[in-house]
Amino acid sequence: MATKDMMRPFQLFQPESLDGALALADKHGGDGWIMSGGNDSLSWFKDRVKSPVAVIDLGGVTDLVGIRETANGIEIGAQTTLTEIAESDVIQSKFSVLSDAARHVATPQIRNVSSIGGNLCQDTRCWYYRDGLDCYRAGGTKCYADTPEGMNREHCLFNADRCVAVTPSDTAPAIVALDGQMTIAGPNGTRTVPAEEFFIGPAIDIERMTVLEPGEILTTITIPNTFSGATFYFEKVADRNSWDFALVNVAAAIIEDGSTISDARVVCGGVECVPKRLTVVEEVVKGSSRDEETAALAGQSAVRGATPLNYNHFKIPLMENLVKRAIRDA
Amino acid sequence: MSVVTFDPEKDPANPPVGGGLSRRELIKSVIATGAVVSAGSLLGGCGSGPGETQTAVGGVERLISLNINGKVRRVDVVPHETLAMTLRYKLGLTGTKLGCDRGECGACTILIDDTPIYSCSTLTHSVRGRAVTTVEGLQAADGSLHPVQQAFVDELGPQCGFCTPGQIMTSVALLRANPNPTREDARQALAGNLCRCGAYDHYLNGVMRAAQEA
Ligand SMILES: Cc1cc2nc3c(=O)[nH]c(=O)nc-3n(C[C@H](O)[C@H](O)[C@H](O)COP(=O)(O)OP(=O)(O)OC[C@H]3O[C@@H](n4cnc5c(N)ncnc54)[C@H](O)[C@@H]3O)c2cc1C
Ligand code: SF4
Ligand code: FES
Ligand code: FES
Repeated sequence: MATKDMMRPFQLFQPESLDGALALADKHGGDGWIMSGGNDSLSWFKDRVKSPVAVIDLGGVTDLVGIRETANGIEIGAQTTLTEIAESDVIQSKFSVLSDAARHVATPQIRNVSSIGGNLCQDTRCWYYRDGLDCYRAGGTKCYADTPEGMNREHCLFNADRCVAVTPSDTAPAIVALDGQMTIAGPNGTRTVPAEEFFIGPAIDIERMTVLEPGEILTTITIPNTFSGATFYFEKVADRNSWDFALVNVAAAIIEDGSTISDARVVCGGVECVPKRLTVVEEVVKGSSRDEETAALAGQSAVRGATPLNYNHFKIPLMENLVKRAIRDA
Repeated sequence: MSVVTFDPEKDPANPPVGGGLSRRELIKSVIATGAVVSAGSLLGGCGSGPGETQTAVGGVERLISLNINGKVRRVDVVPHETLAMTLRYKLGLTGTKLGCDRGECGACTILIDDTPIYSCSTLTHSVRGRAVTTVEGLQAADGSLHPVQQAFVDELGPQCGFCTPGQIMTSVALLRANPNPTREDARQALAGNLCRCGAYDHYLNGVMRAAQEA
């Protein structure tokens, strides 16, 4: 069982360049830990559930901070804080679904230090796992949440595969809705993957939430101009408006041609291990006008195929209503 | 292991009054030195992890300078030490409270370059070279309270008072960034400071009064 005690000692490295950080990450491999704002990292260490030998603090890597406008969109450095994203003029004017999502994370103090990279790479909040139990995600052979007595009110509706944990991030659905591209640097160079493929479910790898391999660092999130200035919607429902992770959240980007919807991307968090892109909803709404009827149809099609656990049936009408509102009220 | 002991006579943040120590200062120094010793063993644990007796190879130097309340403080900080630990148990700055030690209450809120953050969820080594302000650093040179502190007293802000230093630090940061907040602005700004006693409205009254009187 986890103890709520001091962290175990580790070596702390504070590189001042991406190259320096990559060299350290490569050298330490699986014994190393990339740390950004530390909100997720330090609670793992305090619980002694994760005890890295070497912690690589990205705080001094200033080349990863900032928001840059380019001809094709914007580039966000992974170390940019959520406060900077929430308050950015360019994000507010072009991609307000992202600044809205960032503003809904946790509390002001957490947003002041959490980076967008950390928010996207953070681990799931399943308490059995975070408490150090030997569940599937921790390399064991059972799931404590998916049992008759398991407390699974916060867990998933879709695509469970032994593990029923969900993505905790509020910014991830917005990034997927905007078709963000994730640039990853590693020992073998740099690669870019669409946000939609960056997040992975238990069927692909039950012990990771993203495609990041040990030694790799997420450096940049690029948002293409596809949805620049589009009609957006973000809503999060949580037990409290401060601190709490989303029970369900929704991010939508909609382009209208006259009175009909010509393009849309709709994504929900809190319902699957990855931000769930609702392609069926997108197909249903394209070519229709943005009215009550289309919205109702969107909501109904969003939850088709949902398989609730013992305590999370409420997420089905919650998700249906959020998607309906995203289409109707955007 | 080597720890920096706290000598209030040599401490620039705490100049001796009238050449000697007052009773209160003497008590504070005893508490502070005692805490340093116990914190040293707590932080080191009973294992001999990296960095316990020497600087970790290639890692951060342990003896660092911190800029706290406008003074440079030399302090021996292990790599896995949080800022709340350093402030309370190495520097005797116990105005910063530890409620949850995991970013879920706000009692440990301090300012880094005027930005409020949770000191329980920040490594001390991450704030080297930055200006750290704790509740002890708010009073004026003549000892008078900061306008936010005075307004909290006047509005009977605190009930038990445990969350108060954190509420004060967040409010000070708000008023530095936005001297004329609406009550809603203040609510949003204070959304990361839990109050178990539920004195939220009193604190909001205090912030609005401090804004008016400033
Ligand atoms: C009490 C509390 C409440 C919260 N509530 C919410 C909420 O409501 N909504 C929400 O979305 N989030 C919430 N969070 C999460 C928080 O906002 C942070 O985003 C999150 O903790 C991680 O960000 P960080 O910068 O602190 O990163 P860290 O904790 O340092 O890192 C998180 C993880 O990402 C990895 N990582 C970080 N940066 C990189 C990178 N560039 N490349 C590769 N890997 C990287 C780290 O190795 C680590 O595994 C909450 C956190 C806490 C503690
Ligand atoms: S839901 Fe996943 S993380 Fe939680 S106990 Fe089950 S296997 Fe572990
Ligand atoms: S002690 Fe830091 S937030 Fe509670
Ligand atoms: S006054 Fe008691 S916790 Fe706030």
